[in-house]
Amino acid sequence: MAAKQEQVKVLGKWPSPFSNRVELALKLKGISYVYSEQDLSNKSLELLSSNPVHKMVPVLIHNGIPISESLVIVEYIDETWKSNPFLPPHPFHRASARFWSKVVDDKCLPALWNAIWCDEKGREKAVEEAMEALKILENEIGDRRFFGGDEIGLVDISANFVGYWVDILQGIAGLQLLASEKFPKLYKWSQEFKTHPIVKQALPPREELFAFFKSRTA
Amino acid sequence: MAGEVVLLDTWASMFGMRVRIALAEKGVKYEYKEENVKNKSPLLLQMNPIHKKVPVLIHNGKPICESAIIVQYIDEVWKDKSPLLPSDPYERAQARFWVDFIDKKVYETWRRMWLSKGEEHETAKKELLDIFKLLEGTLGDKPFYGGDSFGFLDVGLIPFSSWFYTFETYGHFKMEAECPKLMAWVKRCVQSKESVSKTLPDEKKVYEHIVALEKATTGA
Repeated sequence: MAAKQEQVKVLGKWPSPFSNRVELALKLKGISYVYSEQDLSNKSLELLSSNPVHKMVPVLIHNGIPISESLVIVEYIDETWKSNPFLPPHPFHRASARFWSKVVDDKCLPALWNAIWCDEKGREKAVEEAMEALKILENEIGDRRFFGGDEIGLVDISANFVGYWVDILQGIAGLQLLASEKFPKLYKWSQEFKTHPIVKQALPPREELFAFFKSRTA
Repeated sequence: MAGEVVLLDTWASMFGMRVRIALAEKGVKYEYKEENVKNKSPLLLQMNPIHKKVPVLIHNGKPICESAIIVQYIDEVWKDKSPLLPSDPYERAQARFWVDFIDKKVYETWRRMWLSKGEEHETAKKELLDIFKLLEGTLGDKPFYGGDSFGFLDVGLIPFSSWFYTFETYGHFKMEAECPKLMAWVKRCVQSKESVSKTLPDEKKVYEHIVALEKATTGA
């Protein structure tokens, strides 16, 4: 592979799970990178020029070339740096991992986010949908240590919000969403996830994340 | 890699067309099963319990769902013919980014234009045109999105061309006037790729189908 000096930069926002996915992926591959915290209320020229379509974080800039959309970035990282693969070799299992990453993104995250932040009126229905989303993941994880099997894979990275953010945010919302009594297998997975030696270092500090989101409830 | 291949689909689905075009590109024989979305088959509900949607590819009894994921699967399994994804990781990321963009934006914006009136309708129409202009800009001067050859993003976008007549009629615009380069790309795909010309349904049939759907939905 290339022996030249790699330049890897991440434009991110530290409380964002989407931004965090990219940092997780780079750290799992052992890739050094420069991190640039973005102010989304006053978007930098760098962000606007490197992600003109969505104008959002995260953006990965590799040797000056930008890539956007967190799951697209994670697959790019996996294909560029081939150690510790995030996807299994067999096409069917790869398709399955991509499918479940999309389920997490399209179904689970919105349902959980909605349940946490919605007002009294819609709360009951929102919580019901969040519980359904968690049940789907509970059924899928089964007895595996990670969604990726013995090692962290694409789905685990995609589900970082479920593995770490939910526990913190549900406390703020006064809800019990991911509880070990209701979802023992998924709960166990979340413990494995956040205590994984590399993941642990990559996740934003608990107290700071709590304080950040708590300040938004005022 | 031989084996039984079944596709659960509906004839007018742009997402299903992506899969049909990919299978045709690879020369894969398959059994096509037309689904009735108002009366979904037990097979569909069993094979896609999470979303209960088409298309679903069933290969040797195992289901693969989500059109962009199915196309990538087809590309990986039948890898010796007509590669759809480029080999360079950055080019692959670009193709995936734009298919993701199409998936997030086009259908949702069309629906808003279809089902709204007045100012909301005009706003959605402008957004839809902006989306296609952005996609047209991405093509640049290349013959295909895949460069010299028909690729993943071409497969991802070309089915929507069979809905252009429907978009035009509901939106009161002409794609030829708004996006001439994109229309040239459409013609190129249809004329040079049998997989496309044999898959895309007649655009007037698509329009009649949508009109009928609207009448059934609104009781108009």
